[in-house]
Amino acid sequence: MSDHEYVPKSKFGKWFNDRLPLLSLASHLTDYPTPKNLNYWWTFGGILTFCLITQIVTGLTLAMHYIAHADLAFESVEHIMRDVNYGWLIRYIHANGASMFFLAVYIHIFRSLFYGSYKSPREIIWIIGIMIYLLMMAAAFMGYVLPWGQMSFWGATVITNLFSAIPLVGVGIVEWLWGGYSVDNPTLTRFFTLHYLIPFLILGLVVLHIWALHVPGNNNPIGIDVKKPSKDTVPFHPYIVIKDAFALLMFMIVFAFFVFYSPNILGHADNYIEANPMVTPAHIVPEWYLLPFYAILRSVPDKLMGVVAMLSAILILAALPWLDTSKIRSAVFRPLYKQFYWILVVDVLILGYVGAMPAEGLYLLVARVATAYYFIHFLIILPILGFKEKTIPLPLTITEPVLGGFPDPAAVKKKESLN
Amino acid sequence: MSDKKIERREFLFTASYAVGAVGVGAVVWPLVDQMNPDASVKALASTEVDVSTLEPGKAITVLWRGKPVFIKRRTSEEIAEARSVKMEDLKDPQKDEDRVKDPEWLVMVGVCTHLGCVPLNDKGDYNGWFCPCHGSHYDTSGRIRKGPAPTNMEVPKYEFVNSNTIKIG
Repeated sequence: MSDHEYVPKSKFGKWFNDRLPLLSLASHLTDYPTPKNLNYWWTFGGILTFCLITQIVTGLTLAMHYIAHADLAFESVEHIMRDVNYGWLIRYIHANGASMFFLAVYIHIFRSLFYGSYKSPREIIWIIGIMIYLLMMAAAFMGYVLPWGQMSFWGATVITNLFSAIPLVGVGIVEWLWGGYSVDNPTLTRFFTLHYLIPFLILGLVVLHIWALHVPGNNNPIGIDVKKPSKDTVPFHPYIVIKDAFALLMFMIVFAFFVFYSPNILGHADNYIEANPMVTPAHIVPEWYLLPFYAILRSVPDKLMGVVAMLSAILILAALPWLDTSKIRSAVFRPLYKQFYWILVVDVLILGYVGAMPAEGLYLLVARVATAYYFIHFLIILPILGFKEKTIPLPLTITEPVLGGFPDPAAVKKKESLN
Repeated sequence: MSDKKIERREFLFTASYAVGAVGVGAVVWPLVDQMNPDASVKALASTEVDVSTLEPGKAITVLWRGKPVFIKRRTSEEIAEARSVKMEDLKDPQKDEDRVKDPEWLVMVGVCTHLGCVPLNDKGDYNGWFCPCHGSHYDTSGRIRKGPAPTNMEVPKYEFVNSNTIKIG
C-alpha cells in the first residue's frame, strides 16, 4: 500500500488524518492500482457487496415487523405481506435477494476457479471467501426457517438432524441445537438471533477479504503478476468504479425481474402452509443454491458417510490452493484444465438438477456418478494436471498480447522505454 | 539461584493459566447450557392417549414432546408378518417381541431415524411405513428394511394405564 505519501489538502483534513487516517484509507481505495484487463467477471465482488448491504437493510426493516414465535411467526409474515406499508416489496427483495446473493457468489467462485485466483499469493483471500460462503449458507438456511412454513419446519428438521449422524454425542448435540426434543419455539428464537448476527460477521469477513486482496492486488484474466502501479494498471476510481456500476445496473435488472414478475418462482409453494410437526411434505427440497450438496448427501447410502461427503464437498474447496499443483493461474494458458473446468461446471449443474429430483432409479445413479466425479476433479485430476499438463507460454505483460507478442524480455523492456 | 527463580515464575504462570481456564469454563458453560432443553420443555414429558376407538389395522398419530408418536392396532396378519422375519434380514436386528408390550399394540416415535421426517403409514415395500424424504422402508414392526435410515423407529417409554389408555413418557 502506497498511502504514506498522501497528505490531505485542507488544514482540517491534515489535522484529522494525523489522528485517524481515514482520508489516507479513502485515498488508497480511490487510487488502488487495478490490472487494466479485468473483464466483467471481476465485477461480481462489487455486486456481492451490494447484495450484502441489501440483505442487511431489508432484513433490519423486516425485523421491525416479524415476530419470532412458533404461534405467531407465520401470521406475522403474512401481516408483513398484507398490512405493512411496502412490506411485500421489502420481503420479496429480501427473499429473492438471498437467491441473487448466491447467484453472484457462484459466479464469483467459478471466476476464481477459471482464472486461478485462489493460488499463491492469494490463498488467504480464498479461504476467507470460503468462510463467508459457509456463513452465507448458515444465514440462508436459518432465514428460510423464520416464516415457519412447512418447508421451513421440515428443512430445519432435516438439516439439524444431520448432526445426529455424529456417533455417541449426535443426539445430544441435536437436542442442544433444538432446545427441546424436536424443532419448536426455542429453535425458532435462536435461529432468528443467529440469522440476525451472521450478516454482521460476514461484513467483518468481507473487510478482511478486501484487505487481504489489497495486499497482492487483483488477479487478472492473464493470471500473471502485475507491477503496480505501472502501465498495466489503472486507478480503481473512476475506471473500475464505473465498470462495476454498469455491471451492477445489469444485475439489478435481473434482480428486479424476479422481485416484480416472479417473486415466488425460486421458493416452494409448501412454505405458504403453516408448519405442522405431524405431516411431512411429500418432497422436501432445499433452496436451489444448496441442491448440489443435497444431491451429494443423498447419493451416499450411509447416513454418517453421506453427511461426511456433503461437508467434505464444501471444505475441500479450502484446500484447493494446495490441491491444484499448477503454477500457472489462468485457464487461458492451460488447455487441459480449461476442459476439466467446464466438465466440473456441468457436473455441478447436474448435481443441482438431480438434487431437486427424487432420490431413486436413474436420478440416484446419475447423482452417484456426479458426486464421484466432483471428488475426482479436486483430489485426483487437479494434483496430477499440474505436473502433466503442457501449458501455453505466458506473455510477459498484460499489454503484450494486445500489442503483439515480444517473448524476448529485452524487446519488451525496449518497447516500454519507448512509451 | 537463578534456576530456582525461573521455576517459581513458571509455577506462577501455570497456576494463573489453570485458574484462568477454570474461570473461562465457568463463564462459558452457562452460555452453552442455556441452549439445552429447558425446564418447561422437560415438564411436558408424558402424554395419555385414549385408544378405545381404534379399530384393528388402524393407526393414530399423537404428539409427544413435539414429535409424532404412532399407535398402531395391528391385525394378526401384520403381527405374523413381523414375527416371521429372519434376524439376518434386518439392518438393525431386533425381535418384534422386544418392540411391543402387547403384540396387538405397536407404539413408536413416528420419526424416520435418517433425518427426522414423518414416515407414511401403509406404504412401502414391507407393508409398514415409508419415509417420503429419502426413501426408507419400515416393516410392520417399524424396523428399517431398506433405505438410508440406520436404525429402527424408536420405541418410547410407555405403559397401559388401563385397557383403553396408553401413557407415553
